[in-house]
Amino acid sequence: MNAFDYRAPRSLDEALALLREHGDDARVIAGGTALVTMMRQRLVLPGCLVSLRDVQGLGGIEAVNHGIRLGALTTHREVEVSPVVKERFAVLADTFHRVATVRIRHMATVGGALAHADPNQDTPVTLLALDAKVEIRRAGSARELPLSAFFRDYLETALEPGELVTAVSVPPLPARSGAAYVKFLPRSADDYATVAVAAIVTLEPGGRHCREARIALGSVAPTPLRAQAAEALLPGVQLDERLLRAVGETAKGEVNPLTDHRGSAKYKREMTAVMVARALTQAWEAARRVS
Amino acid sequence: MTKRIRITVNGAAREVDVPAYRTLLDCLRYDLGLTGSKEGCGVGVCGACTVLLDGKMVSSCIALAVFADGREVTTVEGLARDERLHPVQQAFMDYGGFQCGICTPGQVVAAKALLDTIENPTEAEIREWMLGNLCRCTGYYKIVESIQAAARAVEP
Repeated sequence: MNAFDYRAPRSLDEALALLREHGDDARVIAGGTALVTMMRQRLVLPGCLVSLRDVQGLGGIEAVNHGIRLGALTTHREVEVSPVVKERFAVLADTFHRVATVRIRHMATVGGALAHADPNQDTPVTLLALDAKVEIRRAGSARELPLSAFFRDYLETALEPGELVTAVSVPPLPARSGAAYVKFLPRSADDYATVAVAAIVTLEPGGRHCREARIALGSVAPTPLRAQAAEALLPGVQLDERLLRAVGETAKGEVNPLTDHRGSAKYKREMTAVMVARALTQAWEAARRVS
Repeated sequence: MTKRIRITVNGAAREVDVPAYRTLLDCLRYDLGLTGSKEGCGVGVCGACTVLLDGKMVSSCIALAVFADGREVTTVEGLARDERLHPVQQAFMDYGGFQCGICTPGQVVAAKALLDTIENPTEAEIREWMLGNLCRCTGYYKIVESIQAAARAVEP
């Protein structure tokens, strides 16, 4: 690794002041699982690391109305085992549980996973389906962005120099909703997905027709994305094989995967249709159980 | 840039001057002489460098040493007490939970962390917890058996 200046501020204001002072040359480090790995591979050479480890008040899981708010420094493991997350958003607890290994989940943070913006990560996919919002701070101001406007390109976000993610909040799901996260792993259980799908289905009263569906995809484009054209096929209809095929085929047209050692672009595109159908079926069944 | 860090390693308070880029693994091995933890993949995947940081298992190859400032680190060297092996270590010996041995310190530390977290884990829980500790001799059955035996041994 290159030599760098290491700063460990104790407050958020102090951290933001350091980021303003160092600008582009500074990188924020939280759990470090992604950043240290990239630094060891010399893919990132920051002049200054601003560590959030000693900053108070950026961790923790809060129940907010019927939703939740996850502090940026909350670890993956904390989300995975949180009773309030399991109760309100079982799909989110399950998604955090599916990330890499326990070791990594003890280190990696909620905010770090978003700021890293690797489209192969799990948690952004489910958070995107849940219509999560990102809280962002810089010295002297704060803003909030829907997660759908946060990811810009491969490893690129809407964060500007001097800004950092402080929390992510998840609004409640409508009644009669079910959700599922499906991760296609042809290699090993701790790998990044070849295709990942988070689906949420909300049913009409009576539990037969779909009112609204959300489909988020990971590992199949430079950013995680919502399959909006596929989602548009679902309101008002009932679930059957023909519908699942049509939704899967439509989702295939919305992805832009890369060929890599997890599969060719063509294979990932084909598997997108399969995984979307599976995720949708599971979410639909979950929604039926609560309708 | 050099930082002075204060860490408690296997119960003993230590003060070390480290460059900011020092990984926790290199600090343990080269600054403190604790060579039990190994570097396998160097990217947090294989588990050979598993240590406990404030009781939670982490990959020390992708943790910076400065992250451990003010915290407690437990390595494989810290598991035995009063000349007696930890039940996990004893079980790995009794049940042949290793072949070449390079992954063993990480396996043992991870297994200890498992038993600290889940008192009497099922085989499925053991396999899931341990899936990030690779054994390229592929001696997984014996490792699982060793952990099951250790779980029986640490039961009150």
